[in-house]
Amino acid sequence: MDLTLKIWRQAGPTVKGKFEQYSISGISTDSSFLEMMDVLNEELIGKGEEPVAFDHDCREGICGMCSLYINGRPHGPDGGITTCQLHMRKFKDGETITIEPWRAKPFPVIKDLIIDRSALDAIIQSGGYISVNTGGVPDANAIPIAREDAELAMDAAACIGCGACVAACKNASAMLFVSAKVSQFALLPQGKTEAKDRVRTMVAKMDELGFGNCTNTYACEVECPKEIKVTNIARMNRHFLGAKVSG
Amino acid sequence: MATLNSKIPEGPLAEKWKNFNAHQNLVNPANKRKLDIIVVGTGLAGAAAAASLGELGFIVKNFCIQDSPRRAHSIAAQGGINAAKNYPNDGDSVYRLFYDTVKGGDYRAREANVYRLAEVSNSIIDQCVAQGVPFAREYGGLLDNRSFGGALVSRTFYARGQTGQQLLLGAYGALSKEVHKGSVKMYTRREMLDLVIVDGRARGIITRNTVTGEIERHSAHTVVIATGGYGNVFFLSTNAMNSNGSSAWQCYKKGAAFANPCFVQIHPTCIPVHGDFQSKLTLMSESLRNDGRIWVPKNKEDARKIQKGELKPTEIAEENRDYYLERRYPAFGNLVPRDVASRAAKERCDAGHGVGNTGLAVYLDFKDAINRLGRDVIEARYGNLFQMYEKIVDDNPYETPMMIYPAIHYTMGGIWVDYELETTIPGLFAGGEANFSDHGANRLGASALMQGLADGYFVLPYTVQNYLADQINVPRFSTDLPEFEEAEKAVKDKLDKLINNKGSKSVDSFHKRLGHIMWDNVGMARNKEGLEKAIKEIKALREEYWKDVDVPGSLEGVNVELEKAVRVADFLELGELMARDALHRKESSGGHFREEYQTPEGEALRNDKDFMYVAAWEYNGDGEPILNKEPLNYEDIEVKTRNYKEAKS
Repeated sequence: MDLTLKIWRQAGPTVKGKFEQYSISGISTDSSFLEMMDVLNEELIGKGEEPVAFDHDCREGICGMCSLYINGRPHGPDGGITTCQLHMRKFKDGETITIEPWRAKPFPVIKDLIIDRSALDAIIQSGGYISVNTGGVPDANAIPIAREDAELAMDAAACIGCGACVAACKNASAMLFVSAKVSQFALLPQGKTEAKDRVRTMVAKMDELGFGNCTNTYACEVECPKEIKVTNIARMNRHFLGAKVSG
Repeated sequence: MATLNSKIPEGPLAEKWKNFNAHQNLVNPANKRKLDIIVVGTGLAGAAAAASLGELGFIVKNFCIQDSPRRAHSIAAQGGINAAKNYPNDGDSVYRLFYDTVKGGDYRAREANVYRLAEVSNSIIDQCVAQGVPFAREYGGLLDNRSFGGALVSRTFYARGQTGQQLLLGAYGALSKEVHKGSVKMYTRREMLDLVIVDGRARGIITRNTVTGEIERHSAHTVVIATGGYGNVFFLSTNAMNSNGSSAWQCYKKGAAFANPCFVQIHPTCIPVHGDFQSKLTLMSESLRNDGRIWVPKNKEDARKIQKGELKPTEIAEENRDYYLERRYPAFGNLVPRDVASRAAKERCDAGHGVGNTGLAVYLDFKDAINRLGRDVIEARYGNLFQMYEKIVDDNPYETPMMIYPAIHYTMGGIWVDYELETTIPGLFAGGEANFSDHGANRLGASALMQGLADGYFVLPYTVQNYLADQINVPRFSTDLPEFEEAEKAVKDKLDKLINNKGSKSVDSFHKRLGHIMWDNVGMARNKEGLEKAIKEIKALREEYWKDVDVPGSLEGVNVELEKAVRVADFLELGELMARDALHRKESSGGHFREEYQTPEGEALRNDKDFMYVAAWEYNGDGEPILNKEPLNYEDIEVKTRNYKEAKS
C-alpha cells in the first residue's frame, strides 16, 4: 500500500517542532505499524536524511515503551493494543496518517516522537509498592485470597505504564494509571496495611507533577491498550476519601 | 590461561548452600553505607539484586537502557515460574526440580548451582506473593499450578499469560521502594559501553546517556552485570529490539571468560516469519502446548495445496493428520522440551510437510481441547494469547489451527561465573540470562524467571556481600583515575569512528545479513562445513561493516542509529565466537544440534567422554580466543541419555 505520512519532527526538548510530510510506498498490509516506520527510516538513511526517533522495545505489546498518537488516537485506531501490535491492514491504501508524540505537560518531548515519561516512575516511587524486604516473608499459601479478588487485582495489575491514558485525557490526568496500582494492592490482603498512606502519597505526587484532574470522560478507558477499567478510579476515590476522613 | 575455580562449597549437595551461608563473610551495617555497587540492568535479576542490596544498606547505582526500569525484557515472559512447592501433591521436591533441570539441560550445567536454584525456588514464590504479585488462584483461594514443557509434575505458578510482567513489576516495586529510601539511584536511558578495571578488580563502567549523548564515568566497589542474553545476534528473535549483548561482550574483552556461547534456545511456539521487512518474532507461550495438539498433513500433496492456499487445515481429515510429537514421544507428547519440539518441527518442514505460504510452519490445534473443555475454558486460559495471535496474523485460532514455527528465544551461554556468580574478573558478578550457569545446553520452560529472581533476590545479595567484606577500608573511587580516562577515550574513539565512517549501508542492513548467516549455519542444525563457512562470512562482513556502515546524525543528543551501530559491531564479533564454539563441540547436546552427531532415529547424540565440560572462552586480542575447560562432575545424579519416549525418568 502507498501512504502519506505527516510526522512531528522536533530536534530537541527546547527546539520548536513541526510536521514534515513523507510519502511511502509498497508497504505490506501484514507489516506492523512500527515495521512501516522502520521502512521509512531505512529510506531516510538511504537519502542521507535523519531517521525519525521513536520509542519501542518488546514489540509484543507488553513493555509499554512504544507510544505514538496516530490520527488523533493514542496507539492508533485499533482497540485494546499498543502501537507495536497495530497492523497496516487497519489502514486504507492511499491514506494520510498523522503521527505525533503524546502531548501532556508532564511528558516533555525529548526528540521527534520520543517523550519523557519519568513522571510515572516518580509516582510509583512515592509509594506504589508493598514495603516488604527480601526474605522473612510467610509461606505463599499462608493467606488464602478469594479468586475473585485475585482476578480483579490482576485486571488492575495488567497496566503497562505506557501513559496512553494521560495522552487521551483532555486534562492530562494520570488517574487511570495511579488507580490501577492503588486498586491492585487495595484488593489484596498484603497491600491493605499501607493502603491509606499509599493512596495519599501517590495522589499528592500525581498532583505535584502537574497531571490534571479527572472529569469522567472515560477517554482513558477507551484508549487503554490493556483495557483497564475506570471502576479503578472510583475505587481509588473511595479509598482516598476514606483515608482523608479517617486521617 | 584463565583459571576456572568454580568455588563449589564443601559438603553434600543439599548442604552446600547452607555451608556457604554459614561461613560467608558479612559487612556490618555502618560499613555497608561506605560501599558502592553498580548493577547494570533492571530485569528480574538486576532489579531484584539492586533492591535487595539496597535493603541491606549498600549504596546501589542501577542502570537501564529504557526510559523506565519496568520495561526490561523480563516483562515479556508469558508462561510462568517454576518452584518445588509441591502444592498439588503430585510428587514434586527440590531434588526432582534439580534433577529435571540438569536432565533438561542435557547434563551440561553445574550440578551445585542447579541444586541451589531448586532450593531457593520456593522462597521466590513466597517473596512475590508478599509483594502483591497476583498469581492465579483456585476457588479455595490458594495458588494454582500448571504443568509446563518437559515436566511430569505441575510446578508452574502463573499470572495469566503475563507472569514475567507481574514478577518484574514486583521487583520494580521493591526497587522503587529503595529509590524512595535513597539507597538505590536509578540511571535510565543509559547504555553501558565499557567496564573499568582498577588493579585487577572491576571498579566502574562507562556509559552513554542516550538523551544527551554524554559519555559518563561511574565508579563503585563492585559491578554486577544483569543485562540479559544475546539472542538478537540472529536479528530476528523473540527478544526485545533493544536487547543486546554489548555489556557482556565488553566484559569479555576486558578478560571475563564467556561460556558455552553456542548454547542457544530455539523456542518451538512462535508466530512464523512472514516477510523481509519483519523486525522481530512473536512468541506464543509454551503453555499453549498443554491443550493444543501439534500436527502437519501426513501427505505432502495436502501440505503443498495448503501452502498454495488451495486447501484449508480444517478440511484435512483426522486420519490424514500427523501428530508427530505424540507419535515420536508417546510419554511426553506435545510437552517435550523445547529443543526436541523445535527440531521435530524443522524435520517435518524440511521433509515437505510444512504449512503456511512459506512451508515453514506447523499447526497448533485447539479443536479437541475446545470440544473437551468448552470455548470458555480455553478463552480463560489463553484468551490474551489468542487475541494477540489474531491481531498479528488476522486468523481466528478458535476456528482454525494456529500456525507456529521455532524462533531464537533464549541464550543459555553467557559470562562464565563461579558458584558465587563472580566472573573471572574479581569483583565482577553476572546474574540472570547474562551468565551461563544453570540451564546447561537447554533451558526448561518457566525456569528463566526462576533463575533471574533466584540470582537477584537470594544469591547475589549474599555472595556480593561476601566479596565486599574485605573492601571496607577501600575508599570510594575517583572517576579521575587514569583507568577511567583510558576506558572513556576508547569508547569515544569507537563512537567517533562509527559516526565519521560515512559509508553507504545502514546498520540494520548489516544486522540482517549477520542474522541470515547465523540462522542458516549456527541455528537449529549445524555442521562442520556450515560453521566454517559462517566464521569466514562473519569475518568478511565485519570488515565490510567497519568500511561501509553509515551512521547518520551526531554524537550529541538522541541518536538511535548510533546506539544500534555499537551493538551490531559487538554482535559481529560475538556471532563468530558462537560459531567457533559450535564448531569445537563435536557432539549434539540440548539446543546445540550437530548433524554429524545424531542417532539413527535422528535424536541428539551426546559425547560425555569428550565434552562433559563448560567451554569458557578467553579473549585474546586479534589472535584466536583461548579455550578453557571446566569439567562437570555429577555426584548426585546419574548421567543418562535423555528419553522422552517413556515415562521413566
